[in-house]
This record gives sequence, C-alpha cells and structure tokens, in this order.
Amino acid sequence: MKVGIVRFPGSNCEDDAFHAVVYQLGEEAVMLWHKDHDLQGSDVIILPGGFSYGDYLRAGAIARFSPIMSEVAAHAKNGGIVLGICNGFQIACEAGLLPGALLHNDVGYRSMPVTIRVEHANTAFTSAAKVGQCLTMPIAHGEGRFAASEDLLDELESNAQVLFRYVDASGETTVDANPNGAMRSIAGICNAARNVIGLMPHPERAVDPILGSDDGLVLFESLLVAAHA
Amino acid sequence: MTPTPRPGDPTITPALVAEHGLTRDEYDRLVNMLGRTPTFTELGIVSALWSEHCSYKHSRPLLKKLPTNAPYVLQGPGENAGVISIGDGLAVAFKIESHNHPSAVEPYQGAATGVGGILRDVFTMGARPIAMLNSLRFGSLDSARVRYLVAGVVRGIGDYGNCMGVPTVAGDVMFDAAYEGNPLVNAMCVGILREDELIRAKAQGIGNKIMAVGARTGRDGIHGASFASEDLSHNSDAKRPRVQVGDPFTEKLLLEATLELIASGHVVAVQDMGAAGLTSSSAEMAERGDVGVTIDTLKVPVRESGMTPYEILLSESQERMLVVAIKGREEKVRAILAKWDLTAEVIGEVIAEPVYRVTEGKKVVAEFPGTRLVTDCPQYHPEAKESEAIIALRNRDVNAIPALPQERNSAWTLCRLMESPTIASKRWLYRQYDSTVRTNTVIGPGGGDAAVLRIRGTTKGLALKTDCNGRYVYLDPRVGGRIAVAEAARNVACVGARPMAITNCLNFGNPTRPDIFFQFREALAGMSEACVALGTPVTGGNVSLYNESPAGAVYPTPTIGMVGLLDDVSRATPMSFRAPDDAIILLGEPTDELGASEYLAWIHGVVAGAPPACDLTKERALVETLHESINAGLLHSAHDCSEGGFAVAIAECCVANPLALRGAMVDLSPWKALASRALLFGEAQGRAIVSTSDAEAVLAIAKKHGIPARNIGTVKPHNEGLVIIVSGHSMRSPLLDLSSAYHDAIPRAMQRAPAEQVSAELATGATV
Repeated sequence: MKVGIVRFPGSNCEDDAFHAVVYQLGEEAVMLWHKDHDLQGSDVIILPGGFSYGDYLRAGAIARFSPIMSEVAAHAKNGGIVLGICNGFQIACEAGLLPGALLHNDVGYRSMPVTIRVEHANTAFTSAAKVGQCLTMPIAHGEGRFAASEDLLDELESNAQVLFRYVDASGETTVDANPNGAMRSIAGICNAARNVIGLMPHPERAVDPILGSDDGLVLFESLLVAAHA
Repeated sequence: MTPTPRPGDPTITPALVAEHGLTRDEYDRLVNMLGRTPTFTELGIVSALWSEHCSYKHSRPLLKKLPTNAPYVLQGPGENAGVISIGDGLAVAFKIESHNHPSAVEPYQGAATGVGGILRDVFTMGARPIAMLNSLRFGSLDSARVRYLVAGVVRGIGDYGNCMGVPTVAGDVMFDAAYEGNPLVNAMCVGILREDELIRAKAQGIGNKIMAVGARTGRDGIHGASFASEDLSHNSDAKRPRVQVGDPFTEKLLLEATLELIASGHVVAVQDMGAAGLTSSSAEMAERGDVGVTIDTLKVPVRESGMTPYEILLSESQERMLVVAIKGREEKVRAILAKWDLTAEVIGEVIAEPVYRVTEGKKVVAEFPGTRLVTDCPQYHPEAKESEAIIALRNRDVNAIPALPQERNSAWTLCRLMESPTIASKRWLYRQYDSTVRTNTVIGPGGGDAAVLRIRGTTKGLALKTDCNGRYVYLDPRVGGRIAVAEAARNVACVGARPMAITNCLNFGNPTRPDIFFQFREALAGMSEACVALGTPVTGGNVSLYNESPAGAVYPTPTIGMVGLLDDVSRATPMSFRAPDDAIILLGEPTDELGASEYLAWIHGVVAGAPPACDLTKERALVETLHESINAGLLHSAHDCSEGGFAVAIAECCVANPLALRGAMVDLSPWKALASRALLFGEAQGRAIVSTSDAEAVLAIAKKHGIPARNIGTVKPHNEGLVIIVSGHSMRSPLLDLSSAYHDAIPRAMQRAPAEQVSAELATGATV
C-alpha cells in the first residue's frame, strides 16, 4: 500500500501520519506538496491535521483551493480512499468531499484523550475493528463540533455514515463524554460511497503503547486490508 | 562617514535623551564614543541596545559567575539558545525567556508573541522545536483582573503553540498576591538537531549578504525592549501599542523555511529579530563575528509606507529573521523562502571596515565605530543590601502561629491545601495546549514530576521541567536560589532522568534598589552553588528586571528550566500510585521546618519564616538514588515533596490521575517527635515518595547513596481512601474529597466571572 500524505503549508501532523504508516504499519508513504498536482500513484490519501493556512478565517476554508485538492477530489470520485484527520476532516468538509461542517467547540480548544465507539465496520478505515469497539486516542482541536441539519443527520444515520461517536468509559454517549458539543456525539463520518472518511480524534497519535494507547492501530490496519483487497 | 540628520528629525535635547531611557552618564558615554552629537536614529539605536533587556547592564557581571561548562555543552550563554550533546550525534537546543510586561497589558498577544520569540531562538540554531514549557505567576484568582490575565495568557500560549504543532508538555504555575500587578510569563522551548547542523548567529565572510527573511516590518512594537526595562505603572496600558502582534502561521512557514535554509548550506548565520528588532540582531551578529556591517533601510521590506530608518530599525514586528547568505547564493535563499510563500531581501553586507553603518539609500543615517556599540555598553555594580523588613519576616517564629480550630482535623487542612490554586491540578490550563502532537510525549502535563519525550531513532528520552518557588527566594534568596535548581533536578530525577543542564529566566524587581539587587546577587549565588553540586551548567537564559507595579516588586523569581536525559525512555516513571499492595517508601527525612510554606500562606495568610534548608550533597544523593532505582526498573511511581509538604505529595500520588484513583495507608509514627503540622505540611527539601514492589532493593540503593529511607506503608484500592497515622491518630481522607478539591479548584475559580466581559473596566486594575 502506498499512502500519500498531503502537506499544506501549515500542516503539523504530517510527520505523525508518516510515522504511523511507515514505522507502525510497515507500509510506504510519500509526502505530497500542496502546490503539486501529482498524487504519485498513492492508493490512500491522508489529509493530516494542523492549521493548513493558519485557519484564521475558518478551518480548512482556504486549503480546499490548493492545487493538489483537485487531484484528491478526482481520486475520491474514482473510489480512491481519502482519510481526513482533524484539520484534514475540516478540509474534506470544506471541499465537499464529506457532508456537514465543523464549528467552534462549545467549550474552546480541547486537548485530551477521548474514547470513541466504532459504529460501522464496513468502510476501508474500520473494517478491522468491531462494531461497538471502544478506542481511546487524543483530540486536539478548537473547531471540531460536527454540525448538520436534522435531515442530513438522519440521512447520515440511515446510510450508516456515522462511523465514530464520543462515548464514556462504559461505551455510552453522554453529554460529559462529548468534548466539543458535536451533534449526536459524532466524532467521525464517511461519504455515501464510503471511501472518504473524516474524524476529529487523532488515531495516528495512538499507535504506540509507550504514548499511552495503540488503539488507533486497528484503523490503520483496516486501510491495509482495503488496499490489498 | 559622518551621518547627517534627516529632515524632520527632532533635535537632540536632554528631554529627548531622558525619554529614550538614557541617563546623563550613558549619553556622555555615547557622545564620547562617537566624538560628536548622535543623530536621532543613533539615539534610538543606543536606547534599545543599552536597555536592560538587551544589554544586561546590571546583571552581566554576576551572570559571568554562573557555571557554564560541562563536556557535553556545545553552546553556552551568548547565542540564541544553549545547546548540549545527548549522544548518537544528536543535540538539544533550549532556552527560556520572559514576556512579562507585554502580558501584563495585553495578555493574549503578550503571551503568544513570547512563545513565538522563544521558538525562533531555538530554530535559528538549526533545531526543530519538539516541546514548549511555560512558567507562569499570577496574583490571586479572587481578582477579576487576574482571571482575565490567566484566561488571556493561556489562550495566547495555546493558540500560538497549537498552530505551530509544537506540543506544550510541562511547566509550573503559582498564584500569590506578590504577582498581582505584574504577572510572570516565561516560555521555554526545546529543540532537537544533529550536532553537525548546529549553526550560530555570527556574521562572517566579507562580502556576504545580510538578508531580511520572513514577515515585513511594520510599526508595531517600537521600543518594546525599553518598555520591558521599566517598572509597570498605571500608565502602562497606554503602552499597549508597544506590544507586538503574533502570527503563528507565518512563524510556522518561517520555521520550515529556516530549517530548510540551514540544511541547504547557503547561509552562514541566522539570528532572530527579537527585542529591538533589526538593530539588535544586526549589531549582535556583527559583534559576535567581529566584523563590520552595513544596512540600507530602504531595502527592508516594509508593511506601511513612509517608515523612517528610526522606525524600521526599532520595530519589533514578529516572525522575522536575519540571515547571512554566502555571496552569490542570494537567489537560492530566495527560492527556498518562496517555496514557503515568504520573501527574503538583501538589506546589507558584511564588510571589512570595522563599523556598524546604517544608510537610507546612499545617505548614512547612523554609524558607530567597530563593535563598540555592543561592547561599550555601560555596566553597573549597584549597591546590595538586604531589606530589614524581610530579615524580620524570616526571623519570625512561625511555629508560634496558633492552629485554627478546624485544623484539629488535619484532613480538613489537607483538603484546603489541595484546593490552593498553586497546588491544585492545572488541567484547566493545559487542556488548552496540544500536548501530544509530534507523537513523542511519553509523560505529558499532570502525568509526572517532569515531562518525558522520546527521541526517535534512539532508546533515549528527554525529561523537561520548569521550577521556582519565589516565596523561598523572597524570604532567603541564597537558599531559594539553591532550591529552585535542586527542585528542578529532583523533578527530572523522579521520572528517571539524569539532570543535564539548565536555562534560567531571572525575574526580579528594579535592580537600582539595593534590596532588590541583594536578592539578585544572592539568588544567583545560590543557583550557582546548586548547579555546581548537581552538575547542571547554565547554558543561557534571560534576565527580566523592573518587574514592579505600584504595589511593589514581584517575589524574586529565578525560574529554572531543566533538561534531563533518560537512557531508556521505557523506564519513564509517573507520579501516581499504580498497583495496590505496592510498598510506599519515603526517601529523605522530614524536619520541623514550617517557614515559607504554602500551608502558612494559604491557611494562615502568612508569608514568613525561613525557607527549608537545602543540603546539596543530600539533593545529589537523592537524585542518584532515584535515577538508579528507576533504571533498575524498581519504581512504579515517584513524586517529590514540594509545596504542601508530605501530606499534599502523597495525596497527589493518590488522586492526580482521576481515571485511576488509588488509596494509601502510611504510618508516620517514626517521626512522632516532630510537631504534626510540620511533619504533614512542612516543606523539608530532599524528599520523594516512591512506590515499589521490591522495597528491600530500593532501601538498599538509598543506603548505598547515604539517603535516609523508610518503608512507611502500602498502596491501597481507591475505596480505602488515604489514611495517614500521625501523632497516634489516624487521619482519614476520602479520595473523592481530595480529588474534587484538587481537580475542581481552578475550574471553579475561573468560572466566577467571564473574564472577557469584565476586561474593559479592568485596565484600571479594579477588583470585581
């Protein structure tokens, strides 16, 4: 599997994604410069976390105009896998690759470990996980409150596009377990075609037990299954 | 070439000289150096370079006495940052710096640009920043203005560091009325580099080009360095325009471009444009390289038209650097900057003629002979005399202070202390900082006595911590200075590291006052003693004087930023108890000392008594004991005793990790000769509480190093609470009480008034 990691000028989690893919998964990864048009034959595209263009206006609002994003959109349209993490999720929403929007947290910036529950295993990023499995990994964002119209939310639910929800230690969605006020405790979703996935928590920061959790590994292993399928 | 005044320049008068903060003597010195009257531009340059902030004119003679050598020190004081070797061809660059005065009047931007400045100091050495720490001091949270400052400073630190993608991993925060009008905001940055990529800020190579890189120069922050070198007053808010505005996105671009530039080999020197901007960066680079430089202000990229050379030279616009490019490689430098959407312009040249010359086009507007602009700076040796009032406070018999009626139940006292903001969990602050980006954070904020970061490609780890109890330094500067270093060393030893080196941020009041200069001199002497005893040289730092408000000087606060090294990062040890049935061992010995304690300050409102003694031989032995025990894999947790003494330390071991509360049962009967409040809450130094499944082995290691050690009890399940047997009684504290006191105190205090709403009326310092 070859993973292309898009590097926007203000990305700051691209190295973490690279390390997760190369050192933890043992797969190939390349950095893709935002000014280029070449995906270098990548099977999977990761839009990593960070502050793509400073994000003073709205997270991800400018990044979607980057030259590389037209290639990423084409890749997605052809069924290629695209994974947006944190700022990458915001960019994917701004670019129309994913539905909904990510608004300012109701409580300000939050950096802390959260637990998320896997809602559906039939995507390229969740296939190795079990439905209902709880995973602990960090969040670190100020604009991660997932929002959409009630109709859209219902549609996402009925299409099984809600992939992750924030839960407490016993696996239940509660107000306290929701770190940013996200509607219906949504932490991550996929598109209708199930090949574009976005989530606010950082699975690439949870791939090594010495850092407190390797719960993110199962998600990356899912990519492997999908790419070799 | 003799410079000519520009049309429109004000005439040099004694009043104008005074406005520039120069004394009569200093002005005479300047005239003497030039052999003529300075131009307005020259006066501006000198006012910045000879400000306390840039010149260290009151502190330099004493700073020279600090120990700075060790075989692994690659770069000591005098550069953008200190650098030590950590083996494997790798080195660590680190430095701490203050942004106190800007933060006092504009907390968000003040703190943010403080973070930005210290980041630049580290990446200009060729190092990639891997961690940020901050050391903060505020007044009481009862004051709405203090809450406004806390909220703004924390948001400023967070927004800047988070955007940069550098994790904020540790720090220290204390609250005391002494900091009410003049908070302290000290930021530390740690970076990692290959030893062979180390670059210095030394101009060299006649004919090489001086290039301005990064953001354009605007009118913001003019005279920031001078502002930082005077007491804060009721008029300080009028100086808000002197506070710079930060742009972390541009800084991120600058970081990436600079590291790429250094790796390219096209530049021979890099210098941050920090305090006093272009003036100080160019003059210091020339002085270090012992060469001449010439700068043309017309070539400096500016943000607004009509800027005078005076303004361009003194602007403190952020996110700018000065680089010396090898002659002929200017286009290559430009290309690298262009990749990151930044500009680089040639603004001057390294010249053989020993002058510092500024031109505006062809016209010379300022010229100084050789490097004397920096080297001829005045140096002062002020009078030092201890304040009689402080001597009286120190000599007060604090054991005679009667206990409150509620204190008959020591568990009440412990619970109150756990909610002192100085002791309580700082989670409210650090959950606003990204602490896990870069995926190296093995122990983050709140997890241990110091932060631990792994070093990729090796088995090693770095332990990082800032420390300083200003109250100790206030009551006895010599002892307080010693303790600041010793506690920082103890903290990195508690996570398993060997203390390596320190950077320091010396926050003091007005040095021309004999009582303040006494504090400065003595605290430095105490720090020096501890640095020698613990083998931790000083590699650099920052001096921040004039930390005074109309209410008086802050506590003398020489903040220590310590770097320690773990050979095996998998041994990194947390502070919280882990396994029930583990033995609890107290390393070190309790005493009857109660002076200068958090107990007296928080429970009794008394700041008095002598701070606890600090025996450096014992401190070193404690560090060795911790280091050896942890590296033998014997310890499950380690936590030092500091503010709040033994009782608070063990309570923290029980509740610091809210997801895994642990009980404990300990017996202090062996020390029944000591008064129970000194035994429980006194802050005797050189102690740590450790837990282990092999008590015998730990006791044997302690004995070998000559450290008193005793098995005092056992870790218990959470439902058994904390039980301390003292003076024949069982003192019982339910963990939920301790935990809620510890974890809820600061969130509750910060909720009291939405800080933003009251900000407008707070410029006057009103207490709501």
